Amino acid sequence: MAEYQVKIGLASCSIAAGAAKVYDLLNEALLQKGIYLQRTGCRGLCYCEPQVEVISPEGKSYLYGNVNLANASRIVTEHIQGGVPAEDFLLQGPDKDGEAGSFLRKQQRFLLHNCGKIDPENIQSYLAAGGYSGLEKALAQTQQEVIAEIKASGLRGRGGAGFPTHLKWTFASQAKGTQKYIICNADEGDPGAFMDRSILESDPHSVLEGMLIAAYAIGANAGYIYIRAEYPLAIRRLKVAIAQAKEHYFLGHDILGVGFDFEIYIREGAGAFVCGEETALIASIEGKRGMPRFRPPFPVEAGLFGKPTSINNVETFANVPRIIALGASAYSVYGTEESKGTKVFALAGKVNRGGLIEVPMGMTIREIVFEIGGGISSGKPLKAVQTGGPSGGCIPATLEDTPVDYESLKKIGAIMGSGGLLVMDEETCMVDVAKFFLSFTREESCGKCTFCRVGTEQMLRILERITAGEGKEEDIATLQTLGEKIQAGSLCGLGQTMPNPVLTTIKYFREEYEAHVRDKVCPAKVCKALIDYEIVSEDCKGCGLCVKQCPVGAISGEKKAPHVIDAENCLRCGLCINSCKFNCIVVLSKPVTVSRQNAQGQRVGVMK
Amino acid sequence: MSALVMNEFKVLKEKNPLFVIDAIIQRHNVDPGAAIPILQDIQNAFGYVAPEVLERVSELTGIWASELYSIVTFYSQFRMEPIGENLIQVCHGTACHLAGAEKITEALQHETGARGGGTSPDGKFTLEKVACLGCCSLAPVITVNEETFGRLTPAAVGKVIGEVRKGKSDCAHDALVCGGGCSNG
Ligand SMILES: Cc1cc2nc3c(=O)[nH]c(=O)nc-3n(C[C@H](O)[C@H](O)[C@H](O)COP(=O)(O)O)c2cc1C
Ligand code: SF4
Ligand code: SF4
Ligand code: SF4
Ligand code: FES
Ligand code: FES
Repeated sequence: MAEYQVKIGLASCSIAAGAAKVYDLLNEALLQKGIYLQRTGCRGLCYCEPQVEVISPEGKSYLYGNVNLANASRIVTEHIQGGVPAEDFLLQGPDKDGEAGSFLRKQQRFLLHNCGKIDPENIQSYLAAGGYSGLEKALAQTQQEVIAEIKASGLRGRGGAGFPTHLKWTFASQAKGTQKYIICNADEGDPGAFMDRSILESDPHSVLEGMLIAAYAIGANAGYIYIRAEYPLAIRRLKVAIAQAKEHYFLGHDILGVGFDFEIYIREGAGAFVCGEETALIASIEGKRGMPRFRPPFPVEAGLFGKPTSINNVETFANVPRIIALGASAYSVYGTEESKGTKVFALAGKVNRGGLIEVPMGMTIREIVFEIGGGISSGKPLKAVQTGGPSGGCIPATLEDTPVDYESLKKIGAIMGSGGLLVMDEETCMVDVAKFFLSFTREESCGKCTFCRVGTEQMLRILERITAGEGKEEDIATLQTLGEKIQAGSLCGLGQTMPNPVLTTIKYFREEYEAHVRDKVCPAKVCKALIDYEIVSEDCKGCGLCVKQCPVGAISGEKKAPHVIDAENCLRCGLCINSCKFNCIVVLSKPVTVSRQNAQGQRVGVMK
Repeated sequence: MSALVMNEFKVLKEKNPLFVIDAIIQRHNVDPGAAIPILQDIQNAFGYVAPEVLERVSELTGIWASELYSIVTFYSQFRMEPIGENLIQVCHGTACHLAGAEKITEALQHETGARGGGTSPDGKFTLEKVACLGCCSLAPVITVNEETFGRLTPAAVGKVIGEVRKGKSDCAHDALVCGGGCSNG
């Protein structure tokens, strides 16, 4: 007799939302029924993790969301025993589409098709879903045929630059030498991006298979995965996957009996963003400081240990087995003329349904944010979408109809980047965002080029001055000139793209810069020097809750009498604001006339 | 590194710290470019990379101590000082920044006493800033001894730290007010 199947998503997000405990509870309850609780990766619905899927004996799928220790057992008692799905936390079922339906409907899960369905720690589960059939097919072809298939698919590198994958492979295959390497770039350093983590946690074999096919195509027999240390679960699952692939002879000697050898090694990053850049990454694997070097020679000619090396991103590799297995046209039907296929994005920020999505190239920002993401979580209007992380740009809401593909984004001064999509509403200060990215890149600059090293410092100082209410009229123009010079005078992509967040925010949000510079006002009420926290005395009940929250004792008042905040000492940390049950603490943006250092050494503005 | 390997090193460490270093180096020495993995394992075993240790590694591997030093100072993962009993990583990535990571840091500093970051005077907590923990849609995010907590608020931070102090970091999730995402609703 057919049985119920039950699956639970266990990726980092799900676990952070409590899925491991739900697993323990559910597993015990199900074992008593003789049902095995299967572990899967995730479907990318981060906004309503943890999730449990129940597949009925008839093969119908029911997806539960926001499962917790309180409602988990109802899945067993009501649905599996009682035969009635628990409607109140059912996300999606045969007769219910709901929000999850809206989240998923416009997506095209080409490379994420296994994610949240198979068990990432069990190769049998991958094999049952057609895994390693791409490799088999590739090994039956010539190397040129494999590369031709990739060329026909139009696949471009997903690590940010969008370089045609088939070209890279062609160069590497034509490079002279018997020892060649494959590197998988899993450094995923862009803050706000988690595509690669999720793929590695949910479907690690697809990446191994992609590396194997690439290795065969270029004639490499060793590969490295360079993965950031902040992803312990992904590292663990990769290790499990590599061990299982070896046991099944997909890795090692004479793979599938065609005389092809390949080994994969894992290298953990050590916390340097610039190591995502390919030459720096190679230096890091070689055991050196991760400093980019001048190209040419390109890694395809002289890469790891001086040997020809083809380096691709996690998502690029994950696409490969599917393209080979299903044929190039299954991929190239999606997307635009220049940007073929689908792209995975990490949708986060002020959006209702944040998560990991895969959409055809060319979908507009509006469709992504409003139709898939369900609009802005604060209920306020969309202000901007940031793509491409610290190298990217801020796209204003007025350009929400821009299609997301390599060319269209480039045209408006942004870039596709690796796939982070951060949604911002009116509460976001664009000058602060620019400052945030710049302080990030300043920390991460390796220091080799003067423009990058000193230029970031200069730009950051100007931005700090502007946000402290001490901006000068010429600052905006200086930022632009500096930005252009840094772009021109830097060796690697980090320096070349680092001014983008500043330049695009000036381009699209100049009035916000001007408000900071001329009127000493932060319209979004974010910049600490330009705001004050105040207690609305008419509303204050004098309960004293806020006093306990304040780390510097800046709030005082008699019991049951209105309290006041001492603007001189207040750090503008905002800790008090959420503690007031009567919502009487407000943030005011005040024109400042002087700015001075408070006792904590921070610059704050005060009225004369 | 697997838990098993860690344990093996722990036993060795109690006998003689130098044994651990020797064992780690033996494990990696054949790999090309092993310096970074060696230093990572040392940090895993000891919690930090002490300057004296670099000398030993240099003696055994033949890599210049100055080169090892340049690696340790280049990569932000490496610490040259011991850490507190509990390591808290606070994400300051973009999503977390927008979601108020700074408030979370303030609250953490307030609760742990680790003012200005670093280790608290009682040695219980070390606060560390990291760029992105990859759980951006649950921003703001922190990890406490590798366990991830999302959708944090300053109030929830107080509860998490309280639980860790009581030695129950495991069930700190129960204390979270996390918009229904947490295992206890
Ligand atoms: C500063 C900097 C950081 C980068 N970080 C990453 C990264 O985290 N992941 C990645 O795949 N590519 C990153 N890249 C791009 C890589 O240099 C390289 O182009 C890419 O891995 C090639 O793979 P692809 O052709 O599949 O895109 C970065 C580039 C620069 C300049
Ligand atoms: S541009 Fe910046 S990060 Fe890149 S090599 Fe030059 S200094 Fe280093
Ligand atoms: S903002 Fe921070 S420092 Fe200022 S009163 Fe509130 S809690 Fe105190
Ligand atoms: S918490 Fe609110 S009501 Fe209570 S004293 Fe503070 S401001 Fe007044
Ligand atoms: S639930 Fe998997 S990426 Fe968030
Ligand atoms: S920005 Fe904090 S987890 Fe990504």
